[in-house]
Amino acid sequence: MKRVGLLIAAVAALGIVAGAQAADKVKVGFVYVGPIGDHGWTYRHDVGRLAIEKQFGDKVETTYVESVSEGADAERVIRQLASTGHDLIFTTSFGFMNPTVKVAKKFPKVKFEHCSGYKRGPNVSTYLARFYEGRTISGLIAGKMTKSNVIGYIASFPIPEVVRGINAFTLALREVNPKAEVKVVWVNTWYDPGKEGDAAKALIDQGADVILQHTDSPAPAQIAQKRGVWAVGQASDMTKFAPKSHLTAIIDDWNNYYVARTKAVLDGTWKSQDVWQGLNTGMIAMAPYNPAIPKDVVALAMQAEADIKSGKRHPFQGPVRNQAGKVVIPKGKAADDKMLLSMDWYVEGVQGKLPGK
Amino acid sequence: MLPRLEPRSGVSAAMMLLTPAIAVGLTLIAGVIMFAALGFDPGRALYTFFVKPVSTLYGVSELLVKATPLAVIGIGLALGFRANVWNIGAEGQFTLGAICGGGVALAFHGVESWLVLPAMAVAGILGGLAWGAIPAFLRVRFNANEILTSLMLTYVATLLLSYLVHGPWRDPEGLNFPESRMFEDSALLPVILDETRLSIAAPIALLIVLAGWVVLSRAFLGFQIKVVGQSPAAASYAGFSEKRLIWTVLCVSGALAGLAGMFEVSGPIGQLHPVVSPGYGFTAIIVAFLGRLHPVGVLFAALLIALSYLGGELAQIELKLPLALTGVFQGMLLFFLLGTDVLIRYRIRFRRRGARIALPQGG
Repeated sequence: MKRVGLLIAAVAALGIVAGAQAADKVKVGFVYVGPIGDHGWTYRHDVGRLAIEKQFGDKVETTYVESVSEGADAERVIRQLASTGHDLIFTTSFGFMNPTVKVAKKFPKVKFEHCSGYKRGPNVSTYLARFYEGRTISGLIAGKMTKSNVIGYIASFPIPEVVRGINAFTLALREVNPKAEVKVVWVNTWYDPGKEGDAAKALIDQGADVILQHTDSPAPAQIAQKRGVWAVGQASDMTKFAPKSHLTAIIDDWNNYYVARTKAVLDGTWKSQDVWQGLNTGMIAMAPYNPAIPKDVVALAMQAEADIKSGKRHPFQGPVRNQAGKVVIPKGKAADDKMLLSMDWYVEGVQGKLPGK
Repeated sequence: MLPRLEPRSGVSAAMMLLTPAIAVGLTLIAGVIMFAALGFDPGRALYTFFVKPVSTLYGVSELLVKATPLAVIGIGLALGFRANVWNIGAEGQFTLGAICGGGVALAFHGVESWLVLPAMAVAGILGGLAWGAIPAFLRVRFNANEILTSLMLTYVATLLLSYLVHGPWRDPEGLNFPESRMFEDSALLPVILDETRLSIAAPIALLIVLAGWVVLSRAFLGFQIKVVGQSPAAASYAGFSEKRLIWTVLCVSGALAGLAGMFEVSGPIGQLHPVVSPGYGFTAIIVAFLGRLHPVGVLFAALLIALSYLGGELAQIELKLPLALTGVFQGMLLFFLLGTDVLIRYRIRFRRRGARIALPQGG
């Protein structure tokens, strides 16, 4: 009997030790809208997740659920993560905003981080990168590289983030090449290699010799290479998919942010916040420039990068005209965040009409 | 020695009912082998996939939330498939139901009345019905294949929803993001179990299953559907109007899909969004066949497929298994079901090369 008693005590002690360890450990969950193998948006978030694991080792455990539909499924998945002991949950698509806020109210001790939304709470932070700063750089390069003066732009959904990218790109493009124009194709998807590829073909057939994309697969860059035109990649360095055509790409880099937020939970210093960072913090970066780009153009791009980082240059520096030719941002002024966050108009130089307007 | 399929003289009725159970059993066995090969404890993995999702009351409620649209759409499709009318566009009819039901909710924003929900349901039904009626008209009038027309209309419906939430129905306070306002309480289905998303849609779905059963087994319409499905010539000899039947089943299956769409936006989603369905309209096709085109079978198939989604999510969270697992399980289930189906109709014979080969008759 004594032995049994000892055994019970030993088991109980083990249990207590295990319990104490679990408290030191942080469980981090991720909800992705696409597959981790998209080589774009979701892939970069997953690289961020792996950065957390690498940084904290045994102190963290990470989980992800991929290809979660933005409809009714999202709330269940987020709740599932919250109720299985996750301390910090990143939801990385706009459509997860309302489900995240709903679940957060029911789990006040769990910390939530929603990418790209505008609803916050005591335990809900939001974060996003200023991708449009990268669009400025690619606009300068495209303006110098195009021969046909027609740029093809594959866009996902007409939301402010995407419109902002098209506008920032067009402004920089026409700064160095006033004759250039932008043709936009809306594919109504974030990830569909077939559709994205078809859009690239259609744009090239209409004379485009540089292809931009605000969708996540490398298909447009691959089509561009096949057809002998230039391309700018999205979210990750897509050079290996189109080494000849790939001018550069706007890389999302969530690693530092994810590591910092996990550390804040470990230290007990996590607070709800709203973060919108760009080139200056490295949340976005430019992929290596294609060696085929002339030296002076690379120098122009690098200078613009440095100027945006230092604040000397703003991607939306007035005067900025809309499609009707009316000055929307006056000379000497730059767009403020409020205008950027709700942007639903095209600048001069973009062809066609914005859907839904 | 070549294996060949040879038709059996008769198909056992008992086997027809047993094969889904056999298919599930074979899927589980294959699952054990697969998990063991991947280095997982098969017991724990299967438990996580099939039992753990429904081990809590909340889990059961989510299973019903997920199964409801599948069952409601599946019943309508089963009626049509029995009559050889191939409505592949339930996804579009679902979307139209969501648009029309949601449109009523937005139009009555700020109106507190018990009438809002019934009005939404009627609008959702009519929207789905209208979207089902178009392929019916094209088939009856121009003999256009409803498989193609109903499928293509799905994309029209999705784009229409996209236009509405990007444009006129966009939330005025939503910073131009593509989604409608959140519906008010009067436009949300009453929840029947506290702290869950289980609404009155689930018991209504059960009533629809029962109604489908009665129609197929007792009503004259059900008899017509069966006769037309099994022998169009006999049906026309009996004076059944094939055209009227095409209209009926496409409108009914469209209406049910529309109702399911309205349930979804006024239930678990609570607003209009560019994505209102994770492919329910297409998954319901699998559900209808897995359920042997029988309403009760459809109900069980809807629950089983819903469970495979929930299990797939939990397997990702708890076992760190990839999402592909959900697809693998659904694929195995269908594979074994179709395989056993073939084997109850045909037997495998080994014959020497050169022997006279009898072609299978019928099919």
